[in-house]
Amino acid sequence: MITKVLMPKLSEAMETGKVIKWLKKEGDAIKGGDVIAEVETDKANVEIEAFGSGVLRKISVDAGGQVPVGALIGIIADPSDDISSVSTAAPKPAAPKPAAAPAAAPAAAPAAPAPAPLPAMETYKSEPATTSVMPMAPASAAAVPSAPAKPVAASGARLKVSPLARKIAAQSGVDLRLLQGSGPGGRIIRRDVESAVTAPRPGAAAQPAPAPARPTAVPSRPAFVIPPRPAAEFEDLPLTPMRAIIAKRMPLSKGPVPHFYVTSEVAMDRAWELREELNSLDGQPKISVNDLVIKACGLALRKNPGVNAQLNGQAIRVHHRAHIGVAVSLDAGLITPVLRDCDIKPLGQIAVESRDLAERARAGKLRVQELTGATFSISNLGMFDVEEFSAIINPPEGAILAVGSVLEKPVVVDGAVAVGRRLKLTIACDHRVMDGAMGARFLQDVKRLLEEPLRLMV
Amino acid sequence: MAAQQFDVVVVGTGPGGYVSAIRCAQLGLTVATVEDDRPGGVCLNWGCIPTKALLRNAEVVGLFNRAEEFGIRLKGFEADYAQAIQRSRKVADRMAKGVEFLFRKNKIALFPGAGLLKSRTTVEVKGKDGVQTLEGKAIILATGSEPKSLPGVTIDEKTVISSNGAVRSEAKPRSLIVIGAGAVGMEFADVYAAYGVEVTVLEALPRVLPIEDEEVSAQIGRLFTRRGVAVRTGVKVGSVGTGKAGVTVAVEAEGRKESLNADLVLMAVGRAARTKGLGLEALGVALERGFVTVSPTMETSVKGLYAIGDMAGRQLLAHKAMAEGVVAAEAIAGRGPRPVDYGNVPSCTYCRPQVASIGQTEAQARANGREVTVGRFPFTANGKAVALGETEGFLKVVADKTTGELLGVHIVGAEATELIHEFAVGRTLEATLEEIIHTIHAHPTLSEAALEATLAALGQAIHI
Repeated sequence: MITKVLMPKLSEAMETGKVIKWLKKEGDAIKGGDVIAEVETDKANVEIEAFGSGVLRKISVDAGGQVPVGALIGIIADPSDDISSVSTAAPKPAAPKPAAAPAAAPAAAPAAPAPAPLPAMETYKSEPATTSVMPMAPASAAAVPSAPAKPVAASGARLKVSPLARKIAAQSGVDLRLLQGSGPGGRIIRRDVESAVTAPRPGAAAQPAPAPARPTAVPSRPAFVIPPRPAAEFEDLPLTPMRAIIAKRMPLSKGPVPHFYVTSEVAMDRAWELREELNSLDGQPKISVNDLVIKACGLALRKNPGVNAQLNGQAIRVHHRAHIGVAVSLDAGLITPVLRDCDIKPLGQIAVESRDLAERARAGKLRVQELTGATFSISNLGMFDVEEFSAIINPPEGAILAVGSVLEKPVVVDGAVAVGRRLKLTIACDHRVMDGAMGARFLQDVKRLLEEPLRLMV
Repeated sequence: MAAQQFDVVVVGTGPGGYVSAIRCAQLGLTVATVEDDRPGGVCLNWGCIPTKALLRNAEVVGLFNRAEEFGIRLKGFEADYAQAIQRSRKVADRMAKGVEFLFRKNKIALFPGAGLLKSRTTVEVKGKDGVQTLEGKAIILATGSEPKSLPGVTIDEKTVISSNGAVRSEAKPRSLIVIGAGAVGMEFADVYAAYGVEVTVLEALPRVLPIEDEEVSAQIGRLFTRRGVAVRTGVKVGSVGTGKAGVTVAVEAEGRKESLNADLVLMAVGRAARTKGLGLEALGVALERGFVTVSPTMETSVKGLYAIGDMAGRQLLAHKAMAEGVVAAEAIAGRGPRPVDYGNVPSCTYCRPQVASIGQTEAQARANGREVTVGRFPFTANGKAVALGETEGFLKVVADKTTGELLGVHIVGAEATELIHEFAVGRTLEATLEEIIHTIHAHPTLSEAALEATLAALGQAIHI
């Protein structure tokens, strides 16, 4: 069997990816699930797993090579398989030939660093073949989103882009479809691309801030010391690639997606007790409040499929699985790894997996499929002692739950004031997909599950 | 008398003022214009247009001088400088009348006289027939600029003249010292030299046309010198004294002092904004280095008061003023105009050979940290130029090495001022080298040099 290893598409905005290193050599035997390479995308470094077994017959893109999403980067096959047809006819999904570089294009034109041509989005006419973009479905194949979401610009619609803007976008991996043109008639011009260009790579951006100047010792005047501060009034920090993507993506949610918000207060006293009890058990994974919320959401999503839904062109796609993106904040921004099948996983497993995802997200060790396919998201700022907040939907998902802190506050119980633990949850919903009552019913179910937490255990 | 009401009052009818007035009228606004000279401003009356007529004369004289080259034998000829001036006056008169016609066509009222701002909506016009008061919901100031001099030197328009005197004077000096080797200085040096005047050009900076690309300056300096014009750069002018035998200019170069004598001195050291006597101070209009400070939509620090053209600074060029006039008019009409792109204003000098440029010089591009590729094509290798007998000069393209962005284009040669617009359009559309090379250029044309220089920037020039 021949398995193509393709550059995965990890986000709407992702246009190209770079092979950081190969962990296997040509000729190495590969088992399904082996981590074979690391890939750097605009948002994160991820590991690529093999989904077919055999021998790594060919590495098409060496370490350091940057190629469009969907481009062939390697071939896994049995030693006896003839791979010549595969290796010569590399698929070019999402990467039609650049319009500006026809066959007769001069050789001296700035060359693409990779064998595959760089994408020219203006000529983007057909949807990429689904199978070639996402061939490496994990074992639970049904769990993976069936198709990459449509480009933001109506597919087939001609993008108005200046030649220079197109060239800079191709060289810097900016997805023109995500940009708002500021030229005449909405034409995308250089300025638009440059402001979206991912500035320095993470390596450069992650340089430690210069150590603050040591305060000069003034022993005689200890009373009032102004902490040292830079001489300049301000400084402009370059956007990290991740920040640039967030900056690009969020207006595409908040702008076009009509958000509505529903907030509910949950009595967490019983859940708190249950959690303390569970966490006192020897040899059991530690459960966080967020794990309880994840589990409750998983169950509530199953009961309220209308919230586990997204707008898909002219249809509303209702998901039959509850894959929850759990926002993890990083120094450079945030990332949302996906915890799959939260409705059926036991609480303990959710706790183990969510901790593992968060740790690997911070270490930049997430795998491809762990970043895609969420049907719903949760953002928790509880650790910052916030009472409540509202979050921005992560398209194409239809809703996101914002989780505040569990706070002790005076509550009225049986006509008397007592101290209770309360948690405020705010769901942001895409009004094109669902209505207020649906969001409220979902929240009501989450509240009930948390207030009667044994329901989370059965 | 009660104030007359208009939507817009435009003070000054040079290229900035008359264009903004017409654009306002097109957008349905009622417009009054105020002019203390003749409609058309310096450009049509005393600047761009009459000098182009004079330069055409110089070109014709130049061709007569080269008649032998074309196999035409002349038994001597006489070039009458006074008639050259007269012709240029006729050309200017005709263009100025054109502006009056356009005003009538667009129902724009013209109030002759000097305008004075009484408030941010009121202009008092002091004309021959007394004082009139105009009320405008918005006011556009477009009073232009006037020639500057050096400290301690008075322009008397007799022995020390400015371009204003030069375009009017029918007298031809035997010798002339031009102070300043910018566009104005080089153009007049060309005209006078063509008519046999002994011309010396003095420039304080190290090269002529100092804002142009260094290669352009070097080429023009060489060609003028070869033609017999004394070109002296890096020269500091100390004083200008008038005596019986004309004018004496004390100069200092490389630490050595000397005196130069000539019949006439032409002061071409730049222009200053005309902002005096307009009432700007009373309204608190902000100025910066003598020019009115404006927003991207040309509004001054006073709401509803706009300033365009030379008085608003940046490039003192008629076409820049026109572009600003359109922006101001559209802003007033609520059209949300695109601001002028000051990095994409062509610069043209109409001496022989002509000079034109757009964008950054090679040195500027490198100083801006761009990795550049440069393509050059000499007109000696261009068929049309050889056929015309106009082979002096070259076309130089400066582009970004990785993206092919057209950073700057610099042309010396026949019709350079026409050729530049291919690149002006290209830059506006954000074309790259590739779009130019995929554009078929007719053969034989001077424009082929544009194609070839672009190819050269990619290492693919065919004809060199």
